[in-house]
Amino acid sequence: MDWTWFHKFGSPPHVYRLAGTLTPWFAWPAGLLIAAALYGGLVLAPPDYQQGDGFRIIYVHAPSAWVSTMVYAVMATSAAIGLIWRMKVAHAVAASCAGIGASFTAASLVTGMLWGEPMWGTWWVWDPRLVAQLVLLFLFVGYVGLRSAIDDLGRADRASAVLAIVGVVNLPIIRYSVEWWNSIHQAPSVMKMDRPSMPIDMLAPLLMMLLGFTLFFAAVLLVRLRAELLRRERAAAWVKEVVS
Amino acid sequence: MTPRQRRLALVAGILAGVSVAALLAMRAFQDNVMFFFDPSQVASGEAPVDKRFRLGGMVRPGTVQRTPGSLEMRFVVTDFKRDVPVRYEGVVPDLFRENQGVVAHGRLGRDGTFVADEILAKHDENYMPPEVAKAIKEKHGGVMPVNPDHKAVPRT
Repeated sequence: MDWTWFHKFGSPPHVYRLAGTLTPWFAWPAGLLIAAALYGGLVLAPPDYQQGDGFRIIYVHAPSAWVSTMVYAVMATSAAIGLIWRMKVAHAVAASCAGIGASFTAASLVTGMLWGEPMWGTWWVWDPRLVAQLVLLFLFVGYVGLRSAIDDLGRADRASAVLAIVGVVNLPIIRYSVEWWNSIHQAPSVMKMDRPSMPIDMLAPLLMMLLGFTLFFAAVLLVRLRAELLRRERAAAWVKEVVS
Repeated sequence: MTPRQRRLALVAGILAGVSVAALLAMRAFQDNVMFFFDPSQVASGEAPVDKRFRLGGMVRPGTVQRTPGSLEMRFVVTDFKRDVPVRYEGVVPDLFRENQGVVAHGRLGRDGTFVADEILAKHDENYMPPEVAKAIKEKHGGVMPVNPDHKAVPRT
């Protein structure tokens, strides 16, 4: 079998061009899906029997939280690939993930606080689910901090990759925190083996938003990856060609 | 072992080591991580005595009594195995209602009444339109059915 296409992923100029070609294929569907899901969630979906229209913040809160853990999984996997196979492009992918992940995590925390105040009666409590998600934010921010603290690129890649891999242990803790321990946060409504705990007209916009956020993440990742590759390879001939 | 295999083993080793460390830490801090104790844990003496803690469970239907002319109220928190009576003075969240999850922060008095100074509402993971909720309630004699196996009910 010919593996050339695969080995090309190790080549920064190839990935740079590929990322540029692919970006609109993710960005446009993301924009359309998010717009449609917002309309579906905020206008078409019925209000909840207990929380009324207040429950609609779920359409931003839950997809942000899901995608934040997904971004971490992508970041840690890329970092591990970079560490094991000495693949610079994989380290560049991991480095490009961190800022996006931190943003989604912050969005999930802020929307969660806005939701918690009217429904639970508090902005914040030191609950296992809430703390685990806060730790995820610290992991993303710590990753960025560690990278920028080390001048040597190779050492920054390796050190931050180890941090990313260590932090993977937090992902199952976030997911199962509401099942292992007593928590004020409710159990999953959708991300479970069982049937989703909401009717289809509430669920459809939520799943559309999840897909929209995922594609948005992919699009932003590709844009950031291009910038990261240019920065890392600034001494290389291909960058001079691209920039001039 | 090639250098690549060594690095692969290193990554696997990090993951395994950190997982074991996290497991041990979670076992050690099991009680501290719990956001609240349920009535069965209170009954079995797991909850701290003479110290503030959080009590969580469902508000037993028909037990909410308000003192007219004041903010004082009494109700019973249950996990469908044990009950704990609660006294509270103050404003409760909108979602505080019978047959719904509640988390009370306060102290257990000598008479077995939990004196709370903060009440939080816990809602379950079920969302539905008002019409559907009404139809379900009508089918079950006017109250929302609660499944004791359900995650909305604190585990014991």
